[in-house]
Amino acid sequence: SFDNSQICSGGADKAVALWDVTTGQVVRKYRGHAGKVNCVQFNEEATVIVSGSIDSTVRCWDCRSRRPDPVQVLDEAKDGISSVKLSAHEILTGSVDGRVRRYDLRSGQLFSDYIGSPITSVCFSKDGQCVLAASLDSTLRLLDKDTGELLGEYTGHRSTTYRLDCVLNEQDTHVGCASEDGHVYFWDLLEGSLALSLPVGQGVVQSLAFHPRLPCLLVATQGQVTLWREDTFQPE
Amino acid sequence: AAESSDSEEEDLVSYGSALQPLQEGERIKKPVPLQEQTVKDAKGRYQRFHGAFTGGFSAGYFNTVGTKEGWTPSAFVSSRQKRADRTTLGPEDFMDEEDLSEFGIAPKDITTTDDFASKAKDRIKEKARQIAGVVAPIPGTTAFDDLIGPSKITVGVELLRKMGWKEGQGIGPRVKRKPCRQKPDPTVKIYGCALPPGLSEGSEDEEDEYQPENVTFAPKDVMPVDLTPKENVHGLGYKGLDPSQALFGASGREHLNLFTAGSEETSNLLGDLRHSKGRKLGITGQAFGVGALEEEDDDIYATDTLSKYDTVLKDEEPGDGLYGWTAPKQYKSKRRPEREFKYIGKILAGFSLASKSSAPIKIYPPPSLPRNYRPFHYFRPVIIAGNENCHLQKALEESTGKLESGPAHQSRHGLNAAQRREQLGETELKGPAPSILEYLCEKDRERLKEVKQASEQQMKAKPVSQQSSNSILQPASPEDAALKWRRLLEGQLANAGSSDFKPFAKNPEKQKRYENFVKSLKQGEKVDTMERFLDPNMTEWERGREQEEFCRAAMFYRSSNSTLSSRFTRAKYEDDVDKVEVPRDQENDIDDKETAVKMKMFGKLTRDTFEWHPDKLLCKRFNVRDPYPDSSIVGLPKVKRDKYSVFNFLTVPEPTTSVTQATKEKIQESNSLNKPKKSSRWDVSDKEKEKKDSISEFISLARSKADTQKQPPAPATEERGAGTTETVPTVVADEDKNQEEESGRPPMDLFKAIFVSSSDEKSSSSEEESDEEQQPTTSERQSETTKQVDIPDSSSSNLQETATAATDSGISSLPTSKQELDAAEEFGPKLPPAFSSGRFCKHLDRKEKHRKIRERHKTKKERKRKKEKKKKHKKQKNKGKHKNKKSEKDSSSDTTDSSDSLSDMDTTGLSPKELLRR
Repeated sequence: SFDNSQICSGGADKAVALWDVTTGQVVRKYRGHAGKVNCVQFNEEATVIVSGSIDSTVRCWDCRSRRPDPVQVLDEAKDGISSVKLSAHEILTGSVDGRVRRYDLRSGQLFSDYIGSPITSVCFSKDGQCVLAASLDSTLRLLDKDTGELLGEYTGHRSTTYRLDCVLNEQDTHVGCASEDGHVYFWDLLEGSLALSLPVGQGVVQSLAFHPRLPCLLVATQGQVTLWREDTFQPE
Repeated sequence: AAESSDSEEEDLVSYGSALQPLQEGERIKKPVPLQEQTVKDAKGRYQRFHGAFTGGFSAGYFNTVGTKEGWTPSAFVSSRQKRADRTTLGPEDFMDEEDLSEFGIAPKDITTTDDFASKAKDRIKEKARQIAGVVAPIPGTTAFDDLIGPSKITVGVELLRKMGWKEGQGIGPRVKRKPCRQKPDPTVKIYGCALPPGLSEGSEDEEDEYQPENVTFAPKDVMPVDLTPKENVHGLGYKGLDPSQALFGASGREHLNLFTAGSEETSNLLGDLRHSKGRKLGITGQAFGVGALEEEDDDIYATDTLSKYDTVLKDEEPGDGLYGWTAPKQYKSKRRPEREFKYIGKILAGFSLASKSSAPIKIYPPPSLPRNYRPFHYFRPVIIAGNENCHLQKALEESTGKLESGPAHQSRHGLNAAQRREQLGETELKGPAPSILEYLCEKDRERLKEVKQASEQQMKAKPVSQQSSNSILQPASPEDAALKWRRLLEGQLANAGSSDFKPFAKNPEKQKRYENFVKSLKQGEKVDTMERFLDPNMTEWERGREQEEFCRAAMFYRSSNSTLSSRFTRAKYEDDVDKVEVPRDQENDIDDKETAVKMKMFGKLTRDTFEWHPDKLLCKRFNVRDPYPDSSIVGLPKVKRDKYSVFNFLTVPEPTTSVTQATKEKIQESNSLNKPKKSSRWDVSDKEKEKKDSISEFISLARSKADTQKQPPAPATEERGAGTTETVPTVVADEDKNQEEESGRPPMDLFKAIFVSSSDEKSSSSEEESDEEQQPTTSERQSETTKQVDIPDSSSSNLQETATAATDSGISSLPTSKQELDAAEEFGPKLPPAFSSGRFCKHLDRKEKHRKIRERHKTKKERKRKKEKKKKHKKQKNKGKHKNKKSEKDSSSDTTDSSDSLSDMDTTGLSPKELLRR
């Protein structure tokens, strides 16, 4: 959550768990998904947990009340939800049916962009103008949020089977994505040229996260989590 | 007299106390009824009874204090000097004196204890016995009972004692003590306080490590199982109040029980009824509501704090199977040291894990198969008796010993239902005959045969159209196939469509029409002549459509209706099953999107926009104003659609070829039914209706598309060849965007547009017609439409001016003009430029050039009017022009017209389908 006081998690037990950071205990469990929960996300104020599941629904859980059922179920997807991201007023979902759906709460509209290949990960750019979508055809696509036009395409990595993450760096200058060949690739956002490929491990790079403000990258691969900083960084 | 009276008085015996003499004028008091009588104690206080079931008692002044005036504390006396001999206050110190009296709860009388009291001392019993003794046959025998006072020790115990048994020992032969099973590992360090050796568990075993060989010990005492039978009707484990126990140290006993329950029980069993005097009085009730003698009702005044409740989900359901062998480490490690067992899970209470594992079940492997074994079973041929080959029969008889012969010996599996029925003597089920043909009259059957033969002949003649002639739905060639199909239908439908089936029940008029239709069908009329049953207000095309629909419905429902009617009954109550909630807007086909993705044409083509209603609470949590504050919908708006709509009956095969994007793009906008329908392509004046040739033909033509595709495009003119890229693949490669022609039947949306909104269109049509300038063209169109010989590329969005009559069709003969333009300019969605060529005015003929020019003038005016709008699209328009110019070259059509029409086209820039949708 925004204040680092809570953690939400989802798992194969079809439940979304809300953890208290200080005590390390599960405070609540939200049950209702019919399948594995693939992705969870807090909203900005940590009042809602949005979870996407293999059961092709996105469920919005209320953290404030003791309501056991979700506030709203977004069941437009035709296949499992692989990725969910939230902005201040939007819910961005990527689904295996090859669509990136953006629910705009402010305008009350649903924008559904067809990509074709199963989406593995979606994310907003920091300026909120673009949407990055990684799909199983080993391609990252940068789409204009408002029109759905393709702004850039990034290839070179391998992503055919796993649900791999994609990220944008802290300044929106580069686009990064995990790969199944044990590397993390970074492309220049504008030029689309491969800027960097970080050898992380042998196997699939399972998860990837970029610090929102610092050039700092967290990578998980094969039971190992590594933190990457820039060259000039001096650990205290 | 006085004496006599005295003597009389002496003679009288008076019982009870005399009533008080009545005073004069005083009324006789009514006796107090029983329920109002009160019990008072010696001091005149009301005796109050509390908790009748728990034996409650009253204390103090109305359960509060000692007196009415209140509780007077005793004067403080310093106990400093008497500290040593200070006694603890018992319950008696707080009791009233009457409680200590004979009938109080703690009588202080000097009584003999059980140890010394014999049975005879019971006064009442004594009396009873005395009486019994008098009455008994041998008087005075009871007196001997007193002499033989029973001792408390039972004979068994006495005997045991004599045999050397001592209390606390077990019974049985003396045993040698086993050596300690487990010596404490000296290397293991014990942290914390070690228990004193005497208290440590199993100290008996360990205390004497020195064990002489010849010393034997009595066996350990065994806790006998209490086998007292349950004779009462109380709940299990319930014990009635035993006053002696309850009053004299129930609490103490309870405490004792915690540790020495076992020994106490045994001693009780053994009849050792020691009366423990030292026990404290056990009044543990704390206040009202708690029975005085209730055991340990802890802390009823305790406040309920939240800390008593769990706020976090702790190790939840560790044994629920969620954690298998993948359990988190803590669960695994916790369970291990408990005991070394393989068994995972809880052990039921009362069970313990076997120390010795049972011998593993021996598994015998299946016998190994012979090498040449083949896993097939060959049945011996069953030879029916009376067969000619007697030799074989005999041989078999010899080999098997018996012969399966005769129907009686046939296995029941060999029989079919009818045979079985015969054997069982059942009557035949009154069901329909298996074949439809049996329902047909002789004439019809013959006709059917004819048709069949004719079709077979045609099959031979036209191998290309073989497929179509086989299936009813795809006639061989447009006209005669349609005809034939109808004839076939007529034959089949002769007695179809029983009256209880109502396929169009929702639309009563339509249903009526349908029923008439069926009725006349039964009478043997030709389908073609039955147009009179159809709605005269409908367009011809629609009529044709409906007629076809009826045919289908009659045919489709006939079979199921008749075969199943004997098995099922109709529902008595109709539930609303024929409506389904369907999201109003649906993401349209992905075919075109896929092509768009392939071309990296992201944007409008790949995007669908829907109205979406977030939940109110969700908006609140996101700090966003509800975009639809008045709506109660959540999610995508839904509409009720007919489950069994016309479209479900249309079994026309879907086009397999790729569909042009131009026709499909942005369908979701036109999809929305809410949008006002201003104009329709189907809004035609009555005049035109008459003049147009039968639209119904168009349908069958459209349906026959499938075959014609397979046929070589022979009838296509040169122009058409250039225009329809379907047949010219090179052009597709060049200009894949705007030239891909839609082939096959007109898309489903077309039909939807026609059927769904027909009423709306009707109303609006008359208004629109006034500005139309159609009249001069209609006659010409009439002429061209009659010429139709080829397949209609109805929605195929060809290049304009490509084909003349060849590509013209029922649809395209409809007016396209200002009306269209209006529609386009008012709500036309922006079109990506590349697809603007797919417009609908393609049918314009060269002959119509003059009209076209006139129109152009008109549109120019309009364009001026709506200049602002156009500006928006300017960019796209330019692009579109460019593209169209390209296409012009290809099409090699007349350029004069096209340049003009281009401008028209740009302003409209609409796909035909979209227009159709309006």
